[in-house]
Amino acid sequence: MTWEPVIGIEVHVELRTDSKMFCGCAVSFGEEPNVNVCPVCLGLPGSLPVPNRRAIEWITEIGLALNCQISPVSVFHRKNYFYADLPKNYQISQYDVPVAHDGWLEITVDGETRRIGIERAHMEEDTGKSIHLGGGGRIHSAEATLLDFNRAGVPLVEVVSRPDLRSAVEARVYAQELRALVAELGVSDARLEEGSIRFDANVSVRRRGTDEFGTKVEIKNMNSFRSLERAIDFEIRRQVDVLDGGGELVQETRHWDEEAGVTRGMRTKEGSSDYRYFTEPDLVPMVIDEAWQAEIRAAMPELPADRRARYLSLGVDPQTAGALVGAPPAFRRLFDEAVDAGADAKAAANWITGELVAWARREEVDPAEVAVTGAGLAELVAMVAAAELSASAAKDVLDGMARGEGSAREVAERRDLLQITDRGALEAVVDEVLAEHPDAVERYRSGEAKVVGFLVGQVMRASGGKADPRVVNELIRSKLDET
Amino acid sequence: MSLADLTIAEAAKGLRRGAFGARELVDAVLERAAKTEAELHAYLTIDHEGAREAAARADEELASGVDRGPLHGIPVALKDNLCTEGLETTCASQILAGYHPPYDATAVRKLREAGAVPVGKTNLDEFAMGSSTENSAYGPTRNPWDTDRVPGGSSGGSAAAVAAGSALGALGSDTGGSIRQPAALCGLVGMKPTYGLVSRYGLVAFASSLDQIGPITRTVEDAILLLEAIAGHDPADATSWAGDLPDFRSELGRGVEGLRIGIVEELSGDGYEPAVSAAVDAMVSSLEAEGARVQEVSLPTFDVALSAYYLIAPAEASANLARFDGVRYGLRVPGATTEEMMARTRAEGFGPEVIRRILLGTYALSAGYYDAFYGQAHRVRTLITRDFARAYEQVDVLVSPTSPTVAFPVGARTEDPLAMYLSDICTIPSNLAGHPAISIPIGLDPAGLPIGFQVMAPALSEPLLFRVAAEVERLARFDARPEVVTP
Ligand SMILES: [Zn+2]
Repeated sequence: MTWEPVIGIEVHVELRTDSKMFCGCAVSFGEEPNVNVCPVCLGLPGSLPVPNRRAIEWITEIGLALNCQISPVSVFHRKNYFYADLPKNYQISQYDVPVAHDGWLEITVDGETRRIGIERAHMEEDTGKSIHLGGGGRIHSAEATLLDFNRAGVPLVEVVSRPDLRSAVEARVYAQELRALVAELGVSDARLEEGSIRFDANVSVRRRGTDEFGTKVEIKNMNSFRSLERAIDFEIRRQVDVLDGGGELVQETRHWDEEAGVTRGMRTKEGSSDYRYFTEPDLVPMVIDEAWQAEIRAAMPELPADRRARYLSLGVDPQTAGALVGAPPAFRRLFDEAVDAGADAKAAANWITGELVAWARREEVDPAEVAVTGAGLAELVAMVAAAELSASAAKDVLDGMARGEGSAREVAERRDLLQITDRGALEAVVDEVLAEHPDAVERYRSGEAKVVGFLVGQVMRASGGKADPRVVNELIRSKLDET
Repeated sequence: MSLADLTIAEAAKGLRRGAFGARELVDAVLERAAKTEAELHAYLTIDHEGAREAAARADEELASGVDRGPLHGIPVALKDNLCTEGLETTCASQILAGYHPPYDATAVRKLREAGAVPVGKTNLDEFAMGSSTENSAYGPTRNPWDTDRVPGGSSGGSAAAVAAGSALGALGSDTGGSIRQPAALCGLVGMKPTYGLVSRYGLVAFASSLDQIGPITRTVEDAILLLEAIAGHDPADATSWAGDLPDFRSELGRGVEGLRIGIVEELSGDGYEPAVSAAVDAMVSSLEAEGARVQEVSLPTFDVALSAYYLIAPAEASANLARFDGVRYGLRVPGATTEEMMARTRAEGFGPEVIRRILLGTYALSAGYYDAFYGQAHRVRTLITRDFARAYEQVDVLVSPTSPTVAFPVGARTEDPLAMYLSDICTIPSNLAGHPAISIPIGLDPAGLPIGFQVMAPALSEPLLFRVAAEVERLARFDARPEVVTP
């Protein structure tokens, strides 16, 4: 293909603060229309906005999580446009000094990890909702429009990526990563179906090997990750077809039609994009100084990238670290507790991501209900290291621990799984086996060394699997060699 | 003499002496309004019932020993761009005809809490855009000193009401001189506080970065009484001053001896009526005789302040007034589509001056023009603040006429917006800098029309401002009253 797609994503995230961005009204979904409203969010004459401190903290968290610079002083602007569900007919937003700028988010597609640039994350307020009656719910044929201002003024963070994405799959993965991130931070419900997180895509194509951008088309109305990917794929093909056919593209906004599987140009002529931004005179500049930033950073949960780095520094191998980053929170906590209790990190991580995850899935037990404790896991790891448990016995012990049967040692004893490492006890068994298999002894002596494996197996069987195979091996060799 | 002609301070004493009750006081004021309103049209709404109820409550409270302070039982007028719960608030615009706000502006709430008795809502230039109160959708207000003349504006209704005795004091709003200029033209004290001193919550915004609520009264003392009631931090206004409030009385009575007073060079000369200049010069001489050290000070950027103002204020107004669209409240003129409904509502609901300023502001903010107009105006605003700062290194206060002219005839400037805009040439710089300023009546011109003297001071220097204003008031001995009041 001679055409290279260039994609940027704009994400709107509704914060789930208790109150709205500039007034005290509650933020909640699914209520009767126009119950969470007041003079401020209805844009009544004389009302004034007062910023929500929690929202500022949360957008700062998002900025930090996206590796952004945080503006020590950032400014609100008025974005002017007339729309019935925009109460003041301007939106309080940010323009040239957003809260956060110049960051990145890592995505992994087909095993390749890339950094996608984040241009900015800025704070704004949401609009109300229009409900068009009659005419199939479309604005142009509607008989009437009802307005619900419950959503008007809900804090909204807009995250704008750089045009660094090169395929619909990358765009989808980026969107999923970003959603996971805000969910992890706990700052948004981040539900696509409720519209608490919304994605728009800017798509253009250019000849491979060139640096200039092609004509950009904005696509809207994608309500799932799947439709985001489909819409971008469709749009790329459409643009390539137009260009290959010698046509020209127009800069426009197109709507994704989920049923038809196509993007369509909006029938309205696009309003002037001159929003006449100017500094919001009702608000003073927002100061996010070093001290507050540090406070916000300290209160943030550990993010996936940091977590991975920490696991690696503890000696966990990269693949296991990756699995552990994605493991259920209860298992990640278990890992931390086991390490705190002195467990070897690499071994603990292997037990959790290998055995325990599988056990919980097999037994259909919620990870939070698995009865293994950090200290218990540390004990199990230590017993395996000390050869008190064989690998297979340890799996049995873990099963018992997971079922709440007690500590590693208690389970091992109760299930009679401790390895016999006592040379005296094993010597008698070895002697017995050697006596029973004179032919094997003979073959060893005539130089067939691998017959030792057979003899060890016989001793293991005679001990009911509890003998320490290392000790048995040693005993057999020394006995065969000494005579 | 009628009770309606008392100052607030006198009335407060009388109420406590038991010389009369708040009911009698409000009745005197309502009676005065009944006599003068047909001619003056100071009010858009008079709340007879509410005022009498509030007065009765004040009488009961005072009788039972509950004293809310000097405003308790005092009839006051409110400019009709201050939201009053349940009481029609129109901003003198058709677009808000019949609009009843669900809440009180903070300043109004504070007045009520202080026991004041709101008489009604006063006329103004539509959305406070004007200098003569002729731009009211409900007809002009006339000057009690000469009903063929304007009272000034935009708080002309408040000024006319206080001058006529249909209120003892009033609140106005001042974006470019809208308190001080009508006060000057009506022989009253009008004061614009430091930006942020009085909460703007509930003041229907004209230009948010310039608007301030302030008092219009008969005396400096009364202005202090009103300001004391309404000033203070308001969590509902992010631009309101959160620091300690100055004690407005702390410098009263200290005179002006040794005080450095600067005469603004740029606010004199051509365009200033001789009688105005003569009165201002005479007052300066009197202050000098009292020991003030007077010097001329040049603030060169004052020459471009008017231009900067007429870009910044309309730009902010173009956004502030965007909400009047017929969707949620006020006038709605139906249309085939939402856009058409909005456009028709705005075209029919706004008067010509408001439309002119919205267009001007929209243009000033438009892509390609922003930098040359709005951006440049902001740079000028910074320079004006710098000029003030430099001046205040040499002097303590600045003085000038409040208005280049006395009250002009009704209709004289309505066809010439530029001439009208020049009415505010002396008052605009203080708004751009956010500084306090006050106008004090100092005399009458040969035709018997009042002349105002403006004192300006640095931000939060209200104590100094009131100290000088009180001295000006004492020296002027201005006790003339308009004819409409004299029996
Ligand atoms: Zn609200």
